[in-house]
Formats: sequence, structure tokens, C-alpha cells
Amino acid sequence: MALFEALLELADDHLVLGHRLSEWCGHAPMLEEDLALPNMALDLIGTSRTLYTYAGEVEGAGRDEDALAYLRDEMEYRNCLLVERPNGDFAQTMLRQLYFAAFMEPYWKAALESPDETVRGIAGKAVKEMAYHIRHAGEWVIRLGDGTEESARRMQEAVEELHRYTDELFHSSAAARGVDALPDRAAIRPEWDRVIGEIFAEARLEIPQVPFPQQGGREMQHGEALGHMLAEMQVTHRAHPGAVW
Amino acid sequence: MYAQGLIGADGKTGESPEFLEAFQKRIDAEEKIEPNDAMPEGYRKTLIRQIGQHAHSEIVGMLPEGNWITRAPSLKRKAALLAKVQDEGGHGLYLYSAAETLGVSREQMTEELHSGKAKYSSIFNYPTLTWADIGIIGWLVDGAAIMNQIPLCRCSYGPYARAMIRVCKEESFHQRQGYEIVMTLAQGTPAQREMVQDALNRWWWPVLMMFGPHDSDSQHSDQNMAWKIKRFSNDALRQKFVDATVPQGEYLGLTFPDPELKWNEEKGGYDFGPIDWDEFWRVVKGGGVMNRDRIRDRKAAWENGAWVREAALAHAEKRRQRAAEAAPIAAE
Repeated sequence: MALFEALLELADDHLVLGHRLSEWCGHAPMLEEDLALPNMALDLIGTSRTLYTYAGEVEGAGRDEDALAYLRDEMEYRNCLLVERPNGDFAQTMLRQLYFAAFMEPYWKAALESPDETVRGIAGKAVKEMAYHIRHAGEWVIRLGDGTEESARRMQEAVEELHRYTDELFHSSAAARGVDALPDRAAIRPEWDRVIGEIFAEARLEIPQVPFPQQGGREMQHGEALGHMLAEMQVTHRAHPGAVW
Repeated sequence: MYAQGLIGADGKTGESPEFLEAFQKRIDAEEKIEPNDAMPEGYRKTLIRQIGQHAHSEIVGMLPEGNWITRAPSLKRKAALLAKVQDEGGHGLYLYSAAETLGVSREQMTEELHSGKAKYSSIFNYPTLTWADIGIIGWLVDGAAIMNQIPLCRCSYGPYARAMIRVCKEESFHQRQGYEIVMTLAQGTPAQREMVQDALNRWWWPVLMMFGPHDSDSQHSDQNMAWKIKRFSNDALRQKFVDATVPQGEYLGLTFPDPELKWNEEKGGYDFGPIDWDEFWRVVKGGGVMNRDRIRDRKAAWENGAWVREAALAHAEKRRQRAAEAAPIAAE
């Protein structure tokens, strides 16, 4: 069931980050971002739905996208810690988005060569979305990093806050490794380093030394934030077992 | 999503009778008035106020529905609601742009919203308490907005009329989506049926108030009708809405919280009970459950985002300067 595990890792990353972005809706710094943030959230949630549906088929236990999204507890979610981090300020949200998209774009590009037709289909759509997420989030990281004194300070704080979670992007749990249908996460590293390096240079940001990289989400060991997020996300669905919506 | 109830518009105007007559001739000939055309000050002011109220309603309206994005009961509903709320933001954006053609800036309109000087549709001062509210808002609130906005597609002011065409297409999709949520709940478990009936009970009267005061109490209606900013009276649109909506609810086995609601064969429409105008004016004047929360949330978003907007401007300026400094070198 390594494929099922690996698909869940991907699906959980997309849903959790999509949910986080959706929390901004109506509260963004400007109207244009009130449109852009839900747009990116919709891309991520859309991809999570196709991934969950495929994972359910691979598992063969009759679980659909909602069963996988709404009826698993925190200790069954496999997302990396980066995506569950609370939104923080706009600098943190944009940096988190850049870190994720800069990983997923080359990942989906590699997945276009997958022997698995469903994976190729998902990748074909997602790769374009991730390219514009890099552009949108990257431009903000540059504007904020090289904007005012305050924005530069906040951007540097965001880097210090979030960089320690980025190693986990390149990591799969033991149960999800060795799947032919999906790219090797570790192989994405050079391209991610290149993109982040270029954007950071333009944003006048330093890539920090991280003495203690944080990971654990893939092994279903999360921080404290995810439980609250899932409690909110799942409450309506769980209050009405078996109901159709 | 917005309906009539234009509040506090002052169509007073000081142009010469000849000018006003010539303008009225263009209106009567169904010519569209465009941004650079001469127009009476009262016409301009009324439109700025109406388009501004409409834009603010779209933006404030993102909040009550946004309240359920994170708790939507399925991934399909979550995505659809997110897309719908995003549409409302988009409507706000092109309505602000339409108002800008009349010589007012988005910043100015935003400040007026935050200071309480500009109004928005009072319906958004009611809270969304259950998932069923999302269905009821789509069905009734967007339904009421469409009743008002379809005629606005023929409004005499060109940029507003054209914006309305796209807005109406999307609102009509939202309305069907809302009705589909309501239908699913009405055919669901006993708890879901109870939830949707409760939501209908809470929203019905506020939705009827969306059409604004009775024609007899509507101060500036005549001038706005003559200028073709407005094409139908508040009461006519309200009646049309009730007649279209009641059968849709009855089809699903839902009841309306009005003992006086009944079909009147003679007039070919429904009779309905008296609207509580005290409640309407209380909410318009700031006494609704959510008035303070809505404005506080909008102000917080604006103030918390100030450093982001400042940084974007500062960065653009740095780029401009660097390009200017690099230009002579490149020319050498």
C-alpha cells in the first residue's frame, strides 16, 4: 500500500494548505489578494480531491474523498509540518506558499513522466497551477523583502519561523517510499534550492542556518496547530454521521 | 448580492433647466451615459452612492459566507463556497472600478465604509449560524439581489449597466447553487430538515426588507426612476420575488414564517403580512447583531494590511529608481 500512503501524503499537504489559505478569505490586505488567496486555495483543494479519490480507489476499502478528509483524526494525517503552520502575517503566508510551490512545481513536472496515467493527469493540471503560485508568492516575497524597513523585518522573521520546516518537503515516511508511480522527493532538492536562492537574492533575504530542522508530520506526529484546524474543518461533517450534503 | 434599499441618496442638482432637459432627452432615448459625458451633479452623486453601496455590500457580504468556508461539510461544498465568495469579491472589484469612472477613488469609498458614512446592504448584519444559512443565502439573498439587478443591466449609466451583466450571470449561478444546497438538506436527515427550516425562518423577513422601504416611504424614487438609475419600484420587485420564491419553498415541503402568506387569485400574486420596519431601520442604523463585527473585521483587514500595501509601493519606487539609474549606463 505504499502508493496509497504516498497519495495521502500529497493529498493531506494540499488540503491542509488549501484550508489555511481559505482562512484568509475576506481578511486580506487588499481586495486583489482577497481574490488571489481563494484562487490558490481552490487549486490546492481541487488537487487534494482528485488525490483523495484516487487514494480511495487504490485502497479499495470504499472510502471516498470526504471519508478520507473528514473522518481521519490528527494522528492519521500525513501532511508535512510546514503546511499546517498557522497563517501568521501576510509575509509568513506568502513564504509558506513559495516554499511549498517551489517544491511541488518540479515534483509535478517529474510526475508527468510517471508510468501511472492517473498521476500524469493530476500532474498535468497541477504543474501549471504551481508555476503561477511560485510567481505570485515569489513576487510578494521579493516586494516585502525589498520593500520598507518593516516589511523586510517581517519577511526575515518569516524566514526564521518557517525555514526549519522545509527539510520535510523532501521526506516521505518509510511506508510511502519506493513508489514507481511518483517522483522521488529527495531528487527535487537541487531545483528547489535554485528557485529559492534566486528569489531570496532578489528579495535581499539570507538563507538561514537551521540547527534543528523540524519534521514529524509524515509519521503522523504533528505540532499543536493541526488538531485545532481539523476540529473546525470536520465538525459539521462529523455532527451528522452518514448525512448527504 | 445586493438589492435596492438605496439609503440616503440625495439627487438634488443645480443645473439649468435647459441642461437638465437635454440630459433627460438622452435618457428617454435610452442612450447610455458614459464617464466623460456631461451629467447633472445629482445624477453623478446618486450613482456614486448606489454603486458604492453595491460594491461595499459585495465586500462585507464575503464575511457571513466566509464564516462557513472552514466548516463546510464536504470538499465539494467547500470548494463551491470558496469560489462563490471569491466571485463576490470580484463583483466588488469591478463595481469599485465602475464607481471610479465617476471620479471617486477606491480608497475614499473604503474610508467611507469604515467610518460608517457609506452604507451596505443590511442583510449582512445578520449572523450565519448553521450550514443551512449558506443554502438559504444563495437561494434567497442572491435571489432577491437578482430581482433588483436584472433591471440594472439596463441602467442608464453605461459602466454600471455593463458590470451588472456579468454580475447577474454569476448571481444566477449562485442562486441555483443555493437552492440545490437547500434541496439536499430538505431531502436529508430530520436534523438537516430542521436546520434548513430554521434558517428559512430566520432569513425570510430580513430578505423581504432587502427591497427597501415601501414606495410610499421611499424618498428619492421618482427622480431615480426618471433618470433610469432605477427601473422598478421597491414594492413591485418585492412582490415579484415573493411570487417566484414561495412555490420553490413549498415544492421542498418548507413553510414560510408568515401566517398571512396566501395566494390571491384576483391579483395573481401572494398576499403577505406586514414587514417590521422598526427592525429594518434599527439594523440600518447600526443596531443589528453583526453591524459592529462586520465593520471591525473590515477595518482590521485594512489596517493589518497597511504595511503590505506600503511595502508594495516602496518596492515599485525602488525598481523605478534602479531602472532610472541603470538607463544612462546602458546607453553608454
